[in-house]
Order: sequence, then C-alpha cells, then structure tokens
Amino acid sequence: MDVALNVRRYDPEADRPESYYQEFALEVDETTTVLDGLIKVREEVDGTLALRCSCRSAICGSCAMKVNGKGVLGCTTKFIDVMGPEGAAVTVEPAGNMGLIKDLVVEFDMHWDKIKAVEPWLKPSGPVPEAEYLTSDKEMLHLAGVMGCIQSGVCTSECTVLEIDENFLGPAALAKAYRFVADPRDDADVDRLGQLNRYGGIWDCTRCMKCVESCPKDVDPMGRIMAMRELAMVAGYTDNNGASHATAFYDIVKRNGLLNEFWLTLRTFGMFNIPEMLKLAPIGIKAFFRGKMPPITFDKIPEPKSVTRIFEKVEGRNK
Amino acid sequence: MRAALSAAQNGVDVAVVSKVYPVRSHSNAAQGGINAALTDRGDKWEDHAFDTIKGSDYLADQDAVEVMAQEAGAEVIGMEHMGAAFNRDENGRLGVRNFGGQRDARTFFIADFTGQALLHVLHEQVLKLGVRVYEEWFVTTLVMDEGRCTGAVAMDMRTGELHYMRAKAVIMASGGLGRVFEPSTNALICTGDGIAQAYQAGAGVMDMEMVQYHPTTLKNNGALMSEAARGDGAYLLNSEGERFMERYAPNMMELASRDVVSRAEQTEINEGRSIDGCVLLDARHLGEKFIDERLGQIRQLGIDFAGKDLAIEPVPIRPGMHYIMGGIKANVDGRTNISGLYAAGETACVSVHGGNRLGANSLLDTLVFGRRSGVHASEWVKSQPASTGDASVEGAENARLQAILDRKDGELFGPVRTALGKTMDKHLAVYRDQAGMEAARADLVELRKRFEGVVVHDKGRVFNTNLIFTLELGFMLDCAETIIAGALERKESRGAHTRTDIPDRNDAEWLKHIVVTKGPEGQDTPNIEYVPVTITQWEPQERKY
Repeated sequence: MDVALNVRRYDPEADRPESYYQEFALEVDETTTVLDGLIKVREEVDGTLALRCSCRSAICGSCAMKVNGKGVLGCTTKFIDVMGPEGAAVTVEPAGNMGLIKDLVVEFDMHWDKIKAVEPWLKPSGPVPEAEYLTSDKEMLHLAGVMGCIQSGVCTSECTVLEIDENFLGPAALAKAYRFVADPRDDADVDRLGQLNRYGGIWDCTRCMKCVESCPKDVDPMGRIMAMRELAMVAGYTDNNGASHATAFYDIVKRNGLLNEFWLTLRTFGMFNIPEMLKLAPIGIKAFFRGKMPPITFDKIPEPKSVTRIFEKVEGRNK
Repeated sequence: MRAALSAAQNGVDVAVVSKVYPVRSHSNAAQGGINAALTDRGDKWEDHAFDTIKGSDYLADQDAVEVMAQEAGAEVIGMEHMGAAFNRDENGRLGVRNFGGQRDARTFFIADFTGQALLHVLHEQVLKLGVRVYEEWFVTTLVMDEGRCTGAVAMDMRTGELHYMRAKAVIMASGGLGRVFEPSTNALICTGDGIAQAYQAGAGVMDMEMVQYHPTTLKNNGALMSEAARGDGAYLLNSEGERFMERYAPNMMELASRDVVSRAEQTEINEGRSIDGCVLLDARHLGEKFIDERLGQIRQLGIDFAGKDLAIEPVPIRPGMHYIMGGIKANVDGRTNISGLYAAGETACVSVHGGNRLGANSLLDTLVFGRRSGVHASEWVKSQPASTGDASVEGAENARLQAILDRKDGELFGPVRTALGKTMDKHLAVYRDQAGMEAARADLVELRKRFEGVVVHDKGRVFNTNLIFTLELGFMLDCAETIIAGALERKESRGAHTRTDIPDRNDAEWLKHIVVTKGPEGQDTPNIEYVPVTITQWEPQERKY
C-alpha cells in the first residue's frame, strides 16, 4: 500500500525558523507503524528529520507524537489504522503542550519538573525490615498498574487543563503521586494528599478523559486523581472548593433525589462568600438572559425519601 | 544509576551522563525478572552460582559468579525497600517464577516489566539524592592522558555543543550493542558506544564472540516475548504441533538455557518443521486472567506486532539477537586495564555470563556490579589528584565532527547500518562456520570503506540525530570487528558460539577467555590474548538439560 506521510517540520537554526509540513511517499504493509515510516525516512530519505525513539515496543516511552491530531506512541500506531479514506495523508506533529526544539522533538522539562514536584520516591517510616516489607499481591498488582507508566508524556500532550494552566501538576505527575499514596509501604500519604490538595493539584482536573483515552499503557491517570480526591477527603482535607463541591453534590442529591445547580454553586463556594459570589454574578446574569439559569426553587422528585434510603443503605455497607 | 547512587552515598561528586533520559534506557526491556537465592527461604547461593556456571558452558569466572550470587539477595531486597512492587506469595512475601536454565524458582518479578519498574525506582532514588544527570548528552570519546582516563567529551544534544567533562574516574555503564545485528530485540540506542570507546582507548574487550540469540522473538520487528512465558508454563511447538524440546532437553524442556533452546528451534526451522521460518509459542492453557496479570505486556506485543493474541492462539516466534555476554574486561570491582576507567552491566564482561547468560541474570549483573563499581571508583578517586587532561580535546573533537558534517555527497548511514546488521545476523548467529565468519570479516572491510563516505544531511548542531547516528555507526563497526575477531579465534563450540564445522566443546585447548585489544596504528587486525577461566569449586562437566 502507498501512503503519504505528512510531517510537521521545524528547524530552529534556519534563517527564519518556522513550522511547515513536508510530505513523504512511503510503501507500507498491515504491520508497518508510523514510527517505522519515520525511521525509514530519516535512515534512507531525509537524514535531517529529528525525532526521539528507541525501543519500538512501547516500553521506553520516547516516541510520543500527534498522529492526525491525536497524541499516541508512534511505535504502536499502525498506518492501516490511521490511513483513513483512500489517498488521505497521515499527518504527524510534535506532542502538544510542550515547547518545540526541532521537528518532532519537544522540550520535556515541564513534564519532568512536575514529576519531581510530587517528590516521587518512597517515604517509609520506622525501621527498615531486614527482609522485604510484608504486603499482599493484590496491593502490589494494583501498584503495578500505575508503575506501568513509562513517562511517555502522551497524557501531558493531550491534557486540556495543561493547555490553559501551566500550574496544573498534570495527569502523569498525579498518577506518579498516586503510586506512592496507594503504596502500603509509604507513610507520607497524608502529607502527600495535603500537598496535592492545593491549587494545581487533584481538584484542578476537569475530568475530560483525554489522559485515560490516550494513555498507551492504560495507567488511567484520571481514575487515580479521582481516587486521591476521595482519599484526601477521608484524610480530612475538606476545606476547599473541590471537596465542598463533592460534599454539596452528594447531600443535595441524597436529600432531594435530583441535583439543583443553583444551590450546588452556593454551597460549593459558601453562601456568605461575598467576593466569590460577586465573581460569579456576571456568569449568573448571562445565564439568566440566555435562559440557562438553574431554578432557585427547591425541586424534589416525588418520593425523595426513597433515594435517601438508597444512600443510607450504601453508606451502611461501606462502613 | 545504581553506580551513581552508591558513589553519591559514598560522598563523592558524581554525575550521570546519558544520551537519553535515564528512564528511556534499555534496562526497560528486561521483562521476566531478577534472580536471587534468598537464603531465608531455603535457597542456596551456591545453587544459583552453579546454574549460572553451567548455563555459561563453564566459561564464566567462578569467583565473579560467586560474588554475584552472594550479593543477589541484598540487591533484590534493597530494590524492594526502595519501592519496587514485586509480586507476592500468599504470605505477603516476595513471590518467584521459574526461569530457564535453573533447577529452582528464584526469579523475582513485577508482572512482565521488571526492568522498567526497577529502572524507574532507581531514577526515583537519583531524584531523591539529587544526583546531577546530564540528560541527552552524547559521549563522543573518552579522554586519555598518559594512559589514564581523565573524562570524556560529550555533546549537549540540545545545543550541539561539545564539552570536555573532566573526571577522576569514569564508570562505563552504557549497555549493549544489539543494533550491530539486524534484526535484534534491542532498542535503537543499543549501539555499543561504551564498548567501542573503551576499545579505542586501549581497553581489552573479552568474550565478544558470545552473542546471545533469545529463543522467543517476533519475526516482524524482532520484539522480545519474555522467557517468563515459558517460565510460567508456555510450550514451544513446531509446525507438526510437537513439543520438540522433548528431543533436545528432556528434563528441562522449554526451560533449558537459552543457547540450547535457540539451537533446537533453529534446527527445527532448518529441517523444515517451521511455519514461515518460525516455531510457535503456545500459552493458551494458562488462561486469560493469569496471562493478563503476569504476561500482559507481551500479550499486547503479540497483538500489536504479530497480530496474534497469546491468550487465544499460538504466537510465531524465532531466535533473535538479544544480548552480548562479552564486553569491556572488568574485575568484580568494575576496574578495567585502564587507570580511571570502570565498567559495569552489559557493557562490561566480568565474566559472569561466559558463553551464555541465564535469563534474569542481566538485571542482577547491572545492580550488583553497578553498586560495586560505584563503591570502588568512589573510594579510589579519594586518593587521586585532580584530573589533568587538556581542554584542547574539545577543539579536536569539534574539528573531527565538523569534517563529517562538511562531506557533500554520499549515502546516508542507514543502508550501511542495515547491511552490517544483516551480515552479522547471517554469519554470526545461532550457527556459525569458518567460511561464513570470514565472509563477515571481508564484508566489514567493505562497510568501513562505505562508512568513510557517509554523508550527514543535517548540517546544523541542534538535536542533530543524523550526526549522532553516524557516530554510532562508527562505534558499531568497531564492535563488529571485535565480535568477528573473537569468533574466528575460538576454534570450538561453546555456549552461544556454535560452529557447524567444529561442533564440540574442547576444554583442553579452549577453556579460556579471548581478549581483543586494538592493534597499533597501521595494523588492520586487532590483537588477541588469552586469559584463563577461574575455576573455584565446579569442574567442567558435559552439559545436559
């Protein structure tokens, strides 16, 4: 099969550096990966093409890139799966959210700085045992699910929060943090959760699912962030908008059987939080004129008690 | 990183220089596990040592194997204490799986990505201790001053600038040379840089003829299917559906050592009991849940790269180049014959693997001898004066690189690299003979000529991977030279070096190491020396599995 590979190029040493696209014609079969194609180009056609890659089998984490706009590992993306309708070129671009160095090579510093920020090493307390720590295989298998992260940065590339807020720790660093929070041998979880509870931490994820969809190793960063939200609340970190939002959401549904967004907003920020209310006022006014204002009345389902009973039953079981 | 950690803990100023981010290194690819005889559960280090020595076809130095086997338990427990999430048994203690060439199960593991997990844990410790890492700095040459290694010249890949990194001691821990062969299970970064640089600086390289072909690699791209599959019970079948290992290793079957299994497979393939040049790895009877928990990564590799799901169908596999037992000759403290130069891991040859490495001994080798070389090098530098060495090396290296960049016409490095790999895979694979190895030597002369004319398209300096790959090709040609020289020299069959024209092991004449050193200027062939094998308590016997 013939395919056109459309690669975004950038040479910082050009007289006037600018990004442009260059097309390469390739012959591929059912097993050829996008990375194979790029390697062929740089080894035989155009040696100037720069990209990172090493293992070719999804374990070194070097070849994050965007193929047809989506963050992937080049080595696990086969042409046959991305070629689309006949004749359409496959477009390859550098990973997102990180600065560009050259062609497909991006600055990874931001990714690593965030990893370092979560103090990613085991912090046990008490004397080190002579032999191994005793723990269950179930707990270790659960950890292995997160330790399978290869730091490819695909989630960093795709994260919609990092796109607008560079202060956010991001899915990779938060998944790394979870790896220690969930480790029975680590005794710093409460401190860790306290750190993660701050601005830029677990509550700043918008649950867009991009990291879950794009992770090449099924690490499920967002799921780990959600798990840490629960753990943080259990640890007593409830004094923030995220935790009050979750608590208010729960209480309102438990009592009324349905959600009232007006009261949810009030309770999230605190009813007498005047500065925050003033900030929200313009949004409220706009919503009102567009007919999107949630009702101020206390709406309930016909039998709200039945929902309350379901909640109580589940609460009882969780105890 | 293991060496850097022990050196840092020993209070010296140490930095890691790596051409990739440390977590991208090829230790990632070690899937199945790490061996250790934990005495508190009835295993004996002597048994581990004997299995290793028998696996090596008696070419390993037994004193070195003893050190490795004795220190293995502490290294594994140490990694566990640092955070490695090893598999557990029902009592919450470390669990084990079987591995090839060993009579007892002593392979500790984290699913089928043990190397990746350990590499990342080491990186965490490097961050914790604040060890300086020069990430994406590419070493172009070692610097020598009056017979002493005084550091290296390295290129900061992001700027392309060369820097003379002065050091009292250099520990070479740059991994293997798999890309000298095509195909290979090895990552593209495994280009033998450290072995070639040490060889050029005058270090002896030993056991280079011992090249391991792994029994289970995918045909398509050479990707590795962990030995853990067979360790956990998978079968090997030929085209007739027969578990053919019965005829080659009736006791150990699929878990005979790697050279034995690879030869058996190659014989089946050569005699026509194959499917498209492959035999089959069959794990269907292990069940999907078990496969997902313990072999999930290779299940995915089979689906991605062979279109076969290990849980529901057999996966075609064949022997593929995997590991170099040889390397820079070093003692158990990592010291080489060059003052100030240490080596550890696949780059080095201590020799604990001899003619054939056992599965799950490679991670162990890197940790034990990484730690030891870190300790010994850091002790040694405390008594040494500051590194001398002249900063003019920077300019000289710069001029050498500029001359390569200035070439106008010629072919790219790629076709030369591929031709080298194919020649090596044809003539220095599972089975070898005199005529083939001589052909490889002749090809190498031609390839060197082509290399002199290789052109670099990229004339810039920022992240010039084109230039880097070209320099790596030079290193690979040096490595190939030492492999061919060692292989032609060894006139017997031992371990991975199996000659169809001389099929027997010959202890009377060849129970010795071959050390290759660079010949003097003007001489095209390297120098060859012999070093006796150290035997402590295990006399060589006939090898049966």
